[in-house]
Amino acid sequence: MEFGGITAVDGTSFVVEEGTLTGLIGPNGAGKSTTFNCITGVYTPTAGHVYFRGEEITGLAPHQIARRGLVRTFQIARELEEMTVFENMMLAPQGQRGESLLAAVVPGLRDAVITEERAQRAEVWETLEFFEIDHLAHEYAGNLSGGQRKLLELARALMTDPDLLLLDEPLAGVNPTLEKKLLARIHALREEGYTFLLVEHDMEVIMENCAHVIVMHQGQVLAEGAPAAIKQDDAVIDAYLGEPI
Amino acid sequence: MTQTVTGAVTAAIRELVDDSDLRMIGLTIGGVYLIATVLAVAAGYDVGGIVNTLRAITVFAAGYGMLVLALNLHWGYTGLFNIGVAGFMAIGTYVTAILSAPPELSPGAGLGLPIPIAVLGGMLAAAIAGVLTALPALKMRADYLAIVTVALSEIIRLSIKSQTLASVEVGGLTLGTGGGRGISYPAPSDAATWLIELIPGGTLLYPAGATFGIARPVVSGLVYMLILVAFTAAFYWLLVQIGQSPFGRVLKAIREDELVASALGKDTRIFKLKVFAVGCALMGLGGYLWLGRSGFVNDLSFRPDITFFVFVALIIGGAGSNTGSVLGGIIFSGVLFYLPQFISQNFVRGARAPDTFVEALSGDLTGYLVANISALRFVAIGVLLVWLMQRRPEGILGHRMEAAAAIDLRGGRPGGHEDD
Repeated sequence: MEFGGITAVDGTSFVVEEGTLTGLIGPNGAGKSTTFNCITGVYTPTAGHVYFRGEEITGLAPHQIARRGLVRTFQIARELEEMTVFENMMLAPQGQRGESLLAAVVPGLRDAVITEERAQRAEVWETLEFFEIDHLAHEYAGNLSGGQRKLLELARALMTDPDLLLLDEPLAGVNPTLEKKLLARIHALREEGYTFLLVEHDMEVIMENCAHVIVMHQGQVLAEGAPAAIKQDDAVIDAYLGEPI
Repeated sequence: MTQTVTGAVTAAIRELVDDSDLRMIGLTIGGVYLIATVLAVAAGYDVGGIVNTLRAITVFAAGYGMLVLALNLHWGYTGLFNIGVAGFMAIGTYVTAILSAPPELSPGAGLGLPIPIAVLGGMLAAAIAGVLTALPALKMRADYLAIVTVALSEIIRLSIKSQTLASVEVGGLTLGTGGGRGISYPAPSDAATWLIELIPGGTLLYPAGATFGIARPVVSGLVYMLILVAFTAAFYWLLVQIGQSPFGRVLKAIREDELVASALGKDTRIFKLKVFAVGCALMGLGGYLWLGRSGFVNDLSFRPDITFFVFVALIIGGAGSNTGSVLGGIIFSGVLFYLPQFISQNFVRGARAPDTFVEALSGDLTGYLVANISALRFVAIGVLLVWLMQRRPEGILGHRMEAAAAIDLRGGRPGGHEDD
């Protein structure tokens, strides 16, 4: 991926297996965010391809990629501040009948919308309870603490009924208790069949939780494999300031 | 039988009164009526004069109400910075005028189509203009949309004024905008007379009004006022339907953070185009029914300051709130616009008022203020705007949480009680 004269990512290639917790790590400037944005459609790669479930998604718009089941969260939790937690959650599901202007307005059609809204509302309560933020349901998202926003970010992404969740530094700036909670939730979800790709800074967390790890450095994939193998990899140790991991 | 009818009517009235939003609207317009009545009595108006004054105020309020609601859809809900409101009003009015004007009429001959069809044509034209305007600005920042819309508004106004389009031969017919001389067409306000004659016993309104000293034109004017209020209520209903729905939710999300909306799978461009089209169509209709009600408009009818006034009204009432939009419309049109004008037309003390502000400071300040109130109200509007932006940018009701959902989100908790 080139920006002007700078090649941010060059020859990066990796595979994320379905039903796994995969981690993407690397020092600052390794190209993780760029790769992330290329996958999620924020950037159109200047070269290369992205495939999801056998289908090419290179260069598609972010909303099109999200519709295919590849959903991302944001590193700095982007909560829709003037909307409540509940509204944030109700926004997420795909293909809502009421998102059509006619269905929302025409009295006869609106009844079907109301039915769908009720079903969604029940699902929102369930998800909020799973993340233990149900007590905040009617708070403005802008009033939430940083940690609560992270939980909302993940809960909301879940409401889209994704296949693969791309989490952009979900644990950044998170206290140890919340970190444990978040990871517990992620593991529980993985067991239900969701696939995760975590982009993270914290090496230890990735090593402890992910079955498969990809290490990037200077725009390229340095190493890829199980945590145990990565830990022994010389190139990886060199890249991370020569310290044993 | 009569029991159930009275029972139903009482229940409906009770529901209306209980609705705190409608109460707020009622109280606000009531307050304006009160001030107006006091002033009219002080100016020596008779009953007919007072009724006519209140009628004029209500027409103003209803007209502003419609436009502020339409702008609320664009700016309050979706965060689309449309400063071409006057332009879209002009398109709606002019296209309807051209479509409905009889071919032989001059200046500005038309197609002579039935009015409902002409109205739909005008709204469609305004909607299409809206879409064409929004398309290039979709991917760009909000300020670009503002630039594009204000440019379009001016292009429209100058096109209307130009002599080139004043009279055009199209397929053997002479159509035109009438240029600077304006265009005449069947007046929307005639719908009142039509309605009076349609409803059995309607013509009894004239003698009934006469007993109170209310002249015939004022009676039909009152009926047209009711028609306008009905349209404003319809606009309000439409906006509430849109706002309280998943569609409305996506609009709010676009306003808050468009990137998040698209990351959640929403094609934000389509939403923006749709809402732009609907809002512009409403602006076109509002322009025709209100500014175009007398059956004559020219380029001066749609000066760009109208856009500015609609924005101020929306800010006062609270952007994002539909009830706020109506309140802002009433307060702006009544208190800031109409009443000062009324004062200046009826209470000017004559030649003794000082000519300049400096003179007035050392002399008759009140005289000066009253004599120049028409001009000074714009100073007041500006000052109010600055104050609002500093102290209360959310206006009267903008802070209110109006959840964007078709159902009450507080209910339906598993294990709790069903609220709706």
